[in-house]
Amino acid sequence: MADVILRVAGVNKRFGGLQALSDVGLEIERGQIYGLIGPNGAGKTTFFNVITGLYAPDSGTFELAGKPYSPTYVHKVAEAGIARTFQNIRLFPDMTALENVMVGRHVRTRATALGAILKTRATIREEQGIKKRSLELLEYVGIRKYADYQARTLAYGDQRRLEIARALATEPKLLALDEPAAGMNATEKMALRGLLENVSHDGITILLIEHDVKLVMGLCDRVTVLDYGKMIAVGTPGDVQRNAAVIEAYLGGAHTNVAAKGEPA
Amino acid sequence: MSDFFPRLRNSRTAVWAATALVAAVLVLLPFVFGQMGNAWVRALAFALLYIMLALGLNIVVGFAGLLDLGYIAFYAVGAYMYALLASPHLTANFPWIAQTFPDGLHNSIWLVIPLGAGLAAAFGILLGAPVLKLRGDYLAIVTLGFGEIIRIFLNNLNAPLNITNGPQGITLIDPISFGAFSLAKTQSILGIELPSVHLYYYFFLILAIVTIVICIRLQDSRLGRAWMAIREDELAAKAMGINVRNVKLLAFSLGATFGGVAGAMFSAFQGFVSPESFTLNESIIVLAMIVLGGLGHIPGVVLGAILLAIFPELLRHTVGPVQNFLFGHVIVEAEVLRMMLYGLAMVLIMLYRPKGLWPAPEHGINPSNRRVAGKAQAG
Repeated sequence: MADVILRVAGVNKRFGGLQALSDVGLEIERGQIYGLIGPNGAGKTTFFNVITGLYAPDSGTFELAGKPYSPTYVHKVAEAGIARTFQNIRLFPDMTALENVMVGRHVRTRATALGAILKTRATIREEQGIKKRSLELLEYVGIRKYADYQARTLAYGDQRRLEIARALATEPKLLALDEPAAGMNATEKMALRGLLENVSHDGITILLIEHDVKLVMGLCDRVTVLDYGKMIAVGTPGDVQRNAAVIEAYLGGAHTNVAAKGEPA
Repeated sequence: MSDFFPRLRNSRTAVWAATALVAAVLVLLPFVFGQMGNAWVRALAFALLYIMLALGLNIVVGFAGLLDLGYIAFYAVGAYMYALLASPHLTANFPWIAQTFPDGLHNSIWLVIPLGAGLAAAFGILLGAPVLKLRGDYLAIVTLGFGEIIRIFLNNLNAPLNITNGPQGITLIDPISFGAFSLAKTQSILGIELPSVHLYYYFFLILAIVTIVICIRLQDSRLGRAWMAIREDELAAKAMGINVRNVKLLAFSLGATFGGVAGAMFSAFQGFVSPESFTLNESIIVLAMIVLGGLGHIPGVVLGAILLAIFPELLRHTVGPVQNFLFGHVIVEAEVLRMMLYGLAMVLIMLYRPKGLWPAPEHGINPSNRRVAGKAQAG
């Protein structure tokens, strides 16, 4: 049995009359880049929001690195070790890039209000540690030179990088990215892919929700395909690519034969 | 952010020289203003109290982004706490208290300051707990209600038990004293005669400086960053593992603390408190100070507090004489003119300096990226 980081099973979620997720689950092994794909409205983001504590599921079991966790509070999920980014970048716009990453260190540090007011030695040391680590992370994602600029003034691709650096600052066991390539041009996508490969190479497990099938196919070790809230395929990118149900979901039934020869994009 | 003099930052001597200069000005200020009468020194002392209030409110509104329109309630809590603990009111109304304290209730400042801070913090949590999930306008309305509830309580708690003496307020409140050294009398220090207002000025100056230091340290701390993160994007802050509930409660209670201490000082300085001092109007003036100065930026907030606290005094002394000189009689009362000018100033500020007179400095990349960055924010 391989080393499983995230094990989620039997997730159901209903919004009024719409069954957004039915019996969805996945297992992510340590070090994998795991892709979650599906057409618009398939329930990818809903599932993502469930595992990160944003939506309360109607049912489901959740286990992170062998320990059950309950995704009821968003901040507890981050504490447990899942860091996420958002589909429509959510930085702290008026804070500097460095401060953004420093906020990410919050959950792994413990200075109190009293410690800050009295400026105790422990607080000063911790603060130096936070700053040092945050600068390292900015360097890691390649935007160290923008450390003192306000986040909202950064270019789009750099904002994405900053969001990833901020998520990494929480020392996650699993880095969950919600459509990181959305709105990027081909060059930016290539650069992002390089960054994610580095992150993965440095031992961090990644869950990737993506619209860009090409990116997913090139990057992921394993893929789950959702359609109308159901899992229609699980497997390696190659397997999934040839799966008839997947092709039908993306292109409609009539195209099945044609598309089977090429890439479902 | 805490650099007051960024151009001099690199030179240690320059910083010391500037600090010494500012200190000298602050020490000599009451003597200069004192030439025009003690009312001016009194106004200065009040300006220092308002600095404490404004900085306290700035923690809640400026740092954590929680619009609080009832902040003056904490000022009231501190003021009444001191009034009750250091005046003959309770002993006169409750025989058992008179029996327990045959010499009357007089409490040391070393007890009153922590107690005022603690009580106000407790009230801060009392206000904070039910409004955790509220934002923007809704939060403003509930906090406004809270402020009014406290005032109305103070106004009506004179029956069946006379606790606050209702609208008449509490009188004969002890002045501040350190042992035998009373701030209410003229004291001679190093051969210089210092009247009571001067002594209060210096004492409040120390408190205001302590407040500024605490605020700067909080701002640059893990907690300060968590507050700003909540202000900027609450959901993203949660996703970073910040316990939004605790951090918001800390903002309310720490903010309230400064209000409570300032209130206790106010009460001792005046020797009299009544519910009239704690109306919605006062809350709004304190809020106006921080908005005028620069929301969330400590030097700006201090500037705003000084301007709005001194401004009425300035009008009081100039409006009458100027009109007398020009027209031979007074046409517009200073008080009326003050509200008109407040309104005008607010409109002008919103038009020309929407971030306040002295806002936090911008740190932008070259402007060509702004369009893209703006789009990303909108998306």
